[in-house]
Amino acid sequence: MVNAHPSIRTLAAYLTVVAVLILVWKAAALFLGNALLPHPEEAVAAFGHALGTAAFWEHFQASSFRVVTAMGVAFGLGFPMGVLMGGSRRADGLLAPFVFLTYPIPKIVLLPVFLLLLGLGDVAKIAMIGLILWYQILVTTRDGVKLVNPKYLDSVRLLGGSRMHIVLNVLLPAGLPHGFTALRLGTGTSVAVLFFVESFATSSGLGYLIMDAWGRMNYPDMFTGIFGMSLLGAALYELANILEQRVCRWKFTQRGSRAD
Amino acid sequence: MLHIDKLTKTFGQGDKAVTALDSTDLNVGRGEFAVVVGPSGCGKSTLLNIVAGLERPTSGSVTLEGEHVTGPGAERGMVFQSYTLFPWLTVRKNVEFGLRIKGVSPAERADTARHYIAMVGLEEFENALPKELSGGMQQRVAIARVLANKPRMLLMDEPFGALDAQTRLQLQEQLLRVWRQEKATVLFITHDIDEAILLGDRVHVMSKRPGRLVEEVPVDLQRPRDHTVTVSQDFARLKKRVMDRLFRELA
Repeated sequence: MVNAHPSIRTLAAYLTVVAVLILVWKAAALFLGNALLPHPEEAVAAFGHALGTAAFWEHFQASSFRVVTAMGVAFGLGFPMGVLMGGSRRADGLLAPFVFLTYPIPKIVLLPVFLLLLGLGDVAKIAMIGLILWYQILVTTRDGVKLVNPKYLDSVRLLGGSRMHIVLNVLLPAGLPHGFTALRLGTGTSVAVLFFVESFATSSGLGYLIMDAWGRMNYPDMFTGIFGMSLLGAALYELANILEQRVCRWKFTQRGSRAD
Repeated sequence: MLHIDKLTKTFGQGDKAVTALDSTDLNVGRGEFAVVVGPSGCGKSTLLNIVAGLERPTSGSVTLEGEHVTGPGAERGMVFQSYTLFPWLTVRKNVEFGLRIKGVSPAERADTARHYIAMVGLEEFENALPKELSGGMQQRVAIARVLANKPRMLLMDEPFGALDAQTRLQLQEQLLRVWRQEKATVLFITHDIDEAILLGDRVHVMSKRPGRLVEEVPVDLQRPRDHTVTVSQDFARLKKRVMDRLFRELA
């Protein structure tokens, strides 16, 4: 196990966690009785069945589309702006008050406003998830870029580089690990917000699946939605993780590994 | 080649003003290896930063081949004490960096980079990341990165100050070889007297703050030099002279 490939180790860790959770769940189900909490094997059987149906995958796809699009948009807008604010004192002076005065406001309370303004479709949902993640990516990237070693900036200037060279060759790569860390840690928040936005005014998505089954008191179905969302969250986290390690390879190499 | 004329630098204003450099004059001829040695905090890094164009003098001027220095530029290459290689670029991409900015074609800059990487003896490591290398290797890459840019002058701010004694000796000898090969002009800052004499054609002793160059010691040791010169009589004589002057400053 110690020498196994990292992805195999990750998988083994996931399976161990799932096994422990199922044991705890089983104990709780035995204790509470079947009416309130289905036994794990029932829920797992229902989930296994659902995996073979087109309906489940339609919900899964609808949810994936919303959350992945939101994450992409949040990164696409938040990361460059974070680099700009971290790298330019003038831009920071101008924009920081807006960002930090609105930062503590719980953006989720704006959902009704979004639904009114953007309609009941996917746009409002994506905007809601995107806005919340955008703040996290923006602020983390900005703070990270501010910490960049000023000697790197001097080095670019001493090698004949302009301000544009500094932005493209130092601030951007230096900001990437921070942006990706925010994206990775933001997957949890994103899926949580996804659940919330999918519990209103829609008939597609895993959030809807959960709320609908709950209303019908069909608890095994409800757990199918919960499992689906957990799967989605874990997949997004791993995806962000892989992306981070690919793009920021230099962050993950071992120090002094080729020293003389 | 390099003329430093009545250079003064004051930080802060009024009562809190601190004079780091006080009317400093220094000339470095083409192909010369000039060394400034001084106690820590004497303003020698300030002097180098002004020559590099990273800081503005309060008064006085710096000219390189008749041109006034007003900001950083590729014709003056700088190597710092701390490691400043870009951690996200491989050794070769780091060395190519200045050439990329100049718009040199990829094939040509790869050739140039390989040439200088070989000159500092790191051809096996061109695809390594800086983090994978030891501190001494990183400084060799930093030197190659500056040389690849073909500057008219090399500025070195205690480049070996963070290295262990053996590595430092190796890098000093390598720098001497590179200097001879490239016929480079160097302004080198250090607080290490042995290093100053081993490397320099002239050693300029700087006073404690406010920094002024108080003595110029010509190093008449035969070239090419290696570490064996440091145990010679002549070396000891020069070292005593520099030390006496420095200790008078510290007293």
